[in-house]
Amino acid sequence: MAEREIILEVKDLQTSFFTDDGVIPSVDHVDFHVKEGEILGIVGESGCGKSVTSLSIMGLVPSPPGKITSGQILFKGKDLTKFSEKEMRKVRGNDVAMIFQEPMTSLNPLFTIGNQLVEAITLHKKDWNKKQVKARAVEMLRLVGLPRAEELMKDYPHQLSGGMRQRVMIAMALVCDPKVLIADEPTTALDVTIQAQILKLMRELNERLKTAVIMITHDLGVVAETCERVVVMYAGKVVEEGTVDAIFRNPQHPYTKGLIASVPDMRHKKQRLYSIPGNVPKPGTIKNGCRFAARCESVFGRCTEENPPLYETSANHKTRCFLYDQKEVEVHDKTAATS
Amino acid sequence: MTKPLLQVEGLKKYFPIRSGVLAKQSGYVKAVDNVSFHVNEGETLGIVGESGCGKSTTGRMLMRLLEPTEGKVTFDGKELTSISSTEMRKARREIQMVFQDPYASLNPRHTVEKILMEPLIVHNIGNAKSRKKKVHEFLEIVGLSSYHAKRYPHQFSGGQRQRIGIARALMTNPKLIIADEPVSALDVSIQAQVLNLMQDLQKELKLTYIFIAHDLGVVRHISDRVGVMYLGRMAELATSESLYEEPLHPYTKALLSAVPVPDPEHKREQIILEGDIPSPSNPPSGCTFHTRCPFRMEACTSIVPKLEEVKPGHFVACHLYNEQVQH
Repeated sequence: MAEREIILEVKDLQTSFFTDDGVIPSVDHVDFHVKEGEILGIVGESGCGKSVTSLSIMGLVPSPPGKITSGQILFKGKDLTKFSEKEMRKVRGNDVAMIFQEPMTSLNPLFTIGNQLVEAITLHKKDWNKKQVKARAVEMLRLVGLPRAEELMKDYPHQLSGGMRQRVMIAMALVCDPKVLIADEPTTALDVTIQAQILKLMRELNERLKTAVIMITHDLGVVAETCERVVVMYAGKVVEEGTVDAIFRNPQHPYTKGLIASVPDMRHKKQRLYSIPGNVPKPGTIKNGCRFAARCESVFGRCTEENPPLYETSANHKTRCFLYDQKEVEVHDKTAATS
Repeated sequence: MTKPLLQVEGLKKYFPIRSGVLAKQSGYVKAVDNVSFHVNEGETLGIVGESGCGKSTTGRMLMRLLEPTEGKVTFDGKELTSISSTEMRKARREIQMVFQDPYASLNPRHTVEKILMEPLIVHNIGNAKSRKKKVHEFLEIVGLSSYHAKRYPHQFSGGQRQRIGIARALMTNPKLIIADEPVSALDVSIQAQVLNLMQDLQKELKLTYIFIAHDLGVVRHISDRVGVMYLGRMAELATSESLYEEPLHPYTKALLSAVPVPDPEHKREQIILEGDIPSPSNPPSGCTFHTRCPFRMEACTSIVPKLEEVKPGHFVACHLYNEQVQH
């Protein structure tokens, strides 16, 4: 496959919330990129900063109290953090679009589906006439696999099921052919059989329209099934990054290892689940050292004192853990050889 | 063979739909429609299904938190469905429940000690001193510390709150615990901790569980036998081994194949069901699954399939396995 160009790059992003308890960096110096037409997964548990990252890209961080305090978000080389609200409005929908977890709350209950789709289209395509706009709306509903699209235009959100609403949201996000689609837990509120339908639809759309997708989720199963590359986040930091194969076949960071081991596998029964001891630290409580040190099984002296950088362990794999520091690897090899 | 601790026969719950100015009854939502099963002593029965399948309603009816429309629930030789509410309250000492949302099921104005002592006071167990001792003992058992007793629910994390919920259920030394989605509000790493705790407690205290959940992986992990519900009816009931390895009902097959597996190499034939779950207020005739079933036959639209044993211990409600209907 030809090397695809990077379409969106997040560089050293820090988004902080200014609260009464002090400044809390929810996203702390995060780097990652998305290539054209790629599906990138961002996984992590609640409070790891995955949603704040996506809101930062869209320029939707509630402000105050939130603010992007450092870093760049480069879309086709342009820094979105420098954009004014007016400029951002052009980016949203046209270049980068987003769908949310709750399809129930993201649609306005007082307007018909058609109304809301038409509004989204006219906002961006000011020179289109009514007929063109309506045709486009119906075309989008068909694209996401909704039956009887014409009639559906006159329906209100409450008349649709959860899965259909999420399809409408996807249709709305794609009206202007965005280059990047951010999906924040798109299937979490749905039942498994409906989830399978939506994930299949997203894979098909990604193939057909070549829209890059950032899939934000807590479900490792969803990641394994849809994504090409994965970014694992923990307490505001990227702890591991790599291709899906690399992450699942050879997880390196102790957190990723623990996370994968603690999912009950449907295919065979384990006697006992692995569980990571302790809880996710409160944001902002750990100033020095690795954020995972307190729960880590392989913790050693350096972990609580220094911030580990992202080590590149192979061409497609990076890990934020001192165990993969060349110096430590050598020490380990030596002790292993002498003992 | 161990004897059944709980026997459920023909359980039904119809919620009336009222409409119009005079609130005239215009129909029913058949939330649970003729469900029968039993739970043996010391085992875990998992009940899975998608939203609206009636799994939670079933759980609540066993406790009589909802009055069943019809059916019989026998617990430990005693029929629960016919006794008075005063007697039922006494019987609940033996059956306790753990709820889904650890944020909503604990009173935010009470300390943990008060929350845990409440069941002892209700059931008139022990005196003030022994109750306090028991609270501290059970806090330790669920992996918290006795100094947590003076704290309020908001001072705990989600996983810790669920531990408190479990401790509360254990205070009266029940035989049966009905856990309704106990881990679905928790993160994966915390979920594993709570599941392990529940397994340890089962061994230690010889508990029987009914584990209601929508996560098929979690249910397989914890259950000895599993029942799959669809639109108020039991579609399939078998040992978890045989249900997950050789599912018989087309719905179970589709459900199992739809679950995303955290392994990129895992390839399988995914059966993607068309359409949505029909509304339980107007369920399809015959087999309720026939509208989405890839193996639909003529009989399916008119005849309700009975839950029948097709292999030892493996029950399924589907005409595909009923020769009389097929020929």
